[in-house]
Amino acid sequence: MTGAPLLHVEHLTMRFGGLVAVDNLSFEAREAAITAVIGPNGAGKTTVFNCLTGFYPPTVGRLTLTRGGEAGFQLERMEGHRIAREAGIARTFQNIRLFPQMSVLENLMVAQHAELMRASVFSVAGLLGLPGYRAAARGAIDRARLWLDRIGLTERADDDAGNLPYGDQRRLEIARAMCARPALLCLDEPAAGLNARETAGLNALLLEIRETERIGILLIEHDMSVVMGISDHIVVLDYGRKIAEGKPAAMRDNPDVIRAYLGQEHGEAPPC
Amino acid sequence: MTTAATDRETPPFAAAAREAALTAAVALALTGPMIGLHAASQATGLVIETRWPEVAIAVALVFLGRFLLALLGRAFVWPVLAAGLAVAGGGLFVPFPNALLKAVCVAGGLIVALRAALMLVRPRMTAAARAKPALAARWVAPAAGAAMTAFALLLPVMPFADRQLLDLATLVVIYILLGWGLNIVVGLAGLLDLGYVAFYAVGAYSFALLAQYFAFSFWEALPLAGLFAAMFGVLLGFPVLRLRGDYLAIVTLGFGEMIRIVLTNWVALTRGPNGISGIPKPSFFGAPFARSPPEGTEAFHQIFDLAFSPMHRVIFLYYVALTLALLANVFILRIRTLPIGRAWEALREDEIACRALGLNPTSIKLSAFSLGAMFGGIAGCVFAARQSFISPESFSFIESAIILAIVVLGGMGSQIGVVCAAVLLIGLPEWFRELQDYRMLAFGGLMVMIMVWRPRGLLSHRDPTVRLPAARETPP
Ligand SMILES: Nc1ncnc2c1ncn2[C@@H]1O[C@H](COP(=O)(O)OP(=O)(O)OP(=O)(O)O)[C@@H](O)[C@H]1O
Ligand SMILES: [Mg+2]
Repeated sequence: MTGAPLLHVEHLTMRFGGLVAVDNLSFEAREAAITAVIGPNGAGKTTVFNCLTGFYPPTVGRLTLTRGGEAGFQLERMEGHRIAREAGIARTFQNIRLFPQMSVLENLMVAQHAELMRASVFSVAGLLGLPGYRAAARGAIDRARLWLDRIGLTERADDDAGNLPYGDQRRLEIARAMCARPALLCLDEPAAGLNARETAGLNALLLEIRETERIGILLIEHDMSVVMGISDHIVVLDYGRKIAEGKPAAMRDNPDVIRAYLGQEHGEAPPC
Repeated sequence: MTTAATDRETPPFAAAAREAALTAAVALALTGPMIGLHAASQATGLVIETRWPEVAIAVALVFLGRFLLALLGRAFVWPVLAAGLAVAGGGLFVPFPNALLKAVCVAGGLIVALRAALMLVRPRMTAAARAKPALAARWVAPAAGAAMTAFALLLPVMPFADRQLLDLATLVVIYILLGWGLNIVVGLAGLLDLGYVAFYAVGAYSFALLAQYFAFSFWEALPLAGLFAAMFGVLLGFPVLRLRGDYLAIVTLGFGEMIRIVLTNWVALTRGPNGISGIPKPSFFGAPFARSPPEGTEAFHQIFDLAFSPMHRVIFLYYVALTLALLANVFILRIRTLPIGRAWEALREDEIACRALGLNPTSIKLSAFSLGAMFGGIAGCVFAARQSFISPESFSFIESAIILAIVVLGGMGSQIGVVCAAVLLIGLPEWFRELQDYRMLAFGGLMVMIMVWRPRGLLSHRDPTVRLPAARETPP
């Protein structure tokens, strides 16, 4: 079911002064697979994302992204915006970061900036309204519509993103990341603050993305119904160190994991 | 200072009176020394005069105003409306020792009446009515824009358009151009630039120096002035655009001052504080506006077989400024809907999210900065042509502050808002020059009033740059 290896994290270490937030972490994420990164608060999960997406330069480590047999991208040497555009890593944030005063549709259009920019040829073709640019703009709107349909927000396309309810904002952020055509989608606690029904919808959306787009998904999540329900592979962090990794079923029985993290919430996990 | 608890115990009039008395006491403490004592120079030297009647009137006005507002808060809407109008009307006819007090009395009465009227109107607006403005704004803005454009185009043929008014209108248009330029930087890209006047100066001096040393005409210098200013924008932008918010504001402020100081001190090139004079006016596609043109050229009035009039030149310059402004407007409205325009706004909203989506913040900021600078440079070129004489004095920090005020008061990102604010801030103070020193006071008061009532600017409504078209039928 899962595809070729996509992301290699090797010996990733991130220090903030004396604090070791991530400590010699190695793992792999595959195409068409959901890889969950879990761990207690402060375990260093978000820091891993920040290293992957170029917000922090890692203290030590190699981060390699390989798309379909191409030469890999060495992420630790790239600037954040190039990682997103060239290597194709899109992410969402633990505290939602939409463009609140722009409309829902505009949010999705900004995600397609690089393509539209190329079509607008330094804005000249755009200013003149040449057919090439107009076609690209139509294509971008169609792609935005596709994702609006998938997250069920087509009706609210022209409303300000900041006026959406919380759950809709979370889904919109995922759709925005997907409009950037990523090879790897990094989701930082997408189910935080969602109710049970919205969480079920999120699971369905992520499974749909995995099946139709066949991209890799890295998922940070505390909600065990999401982690156990949809992930193919789980990496468990504690104090920045990987303490276990494997299939969901194996993780819920792993004594180290239970001790570090699952123990308190084990009861909430659905049977899988 | 009255809490809900005291309200229940004391009758409303007494509570309002007490609140007003308290405010009046503060006013007395302030106005006593500031208005009551006046140092006047007489033959015998400096003496202190007292102006107690003025103090009494000021305190009474404060008491009355606060009293009415307090009553308004206690739902006496109709009596307050009547009283406000009575005070305003009465103020017109009652003799005051001082024109300013009269103005305060009339304006205060009107404001109280206005607030009462607003309270009458507001509750009647249902939710549906409140949702309407968003829909209405879709055609109101273009309609207002068209009306303003028509008025601006017809202004020179209006009966009241004399030379002075047209000259002022040209200045207002220059400031509109500046406002639109800065609007790209501050309103759209969200970069607080306090040194915008630097680009205005670069544009103006580009034209002045090119004209002086290389005999460039207005039309030859215009594109170069825009280009030089844009280049300065890039030059300044590279080092400073990684700074954020306040830091960026401080550095740009410093840059603005630097340009002025260089212009003042580089005497060999710019003649320093003496400025550059004799800057040529734009010609009508080569035909000058002169009574007796130089050998071999035909003047404007000769080509069109008109009697020579110095007004032609003024009108032409107005139209030149207006045309440039309209072109800039079309350009900005259009570029806003392009990916680069949306990227500016996205950057203003959340730079981190932008980076995560593959937008390069530095190049996007740089494009906003240099485009804004370009419009500043073009405005500077027109300004130099209007004045015929420029000196570093015209490009002090206060200019940056005024342009920024135009953008902020107009409503960040709003094109029409900038026009309204420019007319208000540039046009009105010039018109009311007779008010002399009170002019600046009124100017400040106006700004405070706008900030109190419309904290997001006169026109803060934002329309999306793209709307989802109705779904297209997909053939099976
Ligand atoms: N920029 C920073 N500077 C200093 N310390 C940091 C920084 N970012 C993260 N840390 C520290 O690194 C550790 C890991 O933080 P991180 O945000 O990665 O945790 P997390 O696993 O995402 O936790 P949570 O589940 O609460 O989101 C924490 O102790 C945090 O305080
Ligand atoms: Mg986190």
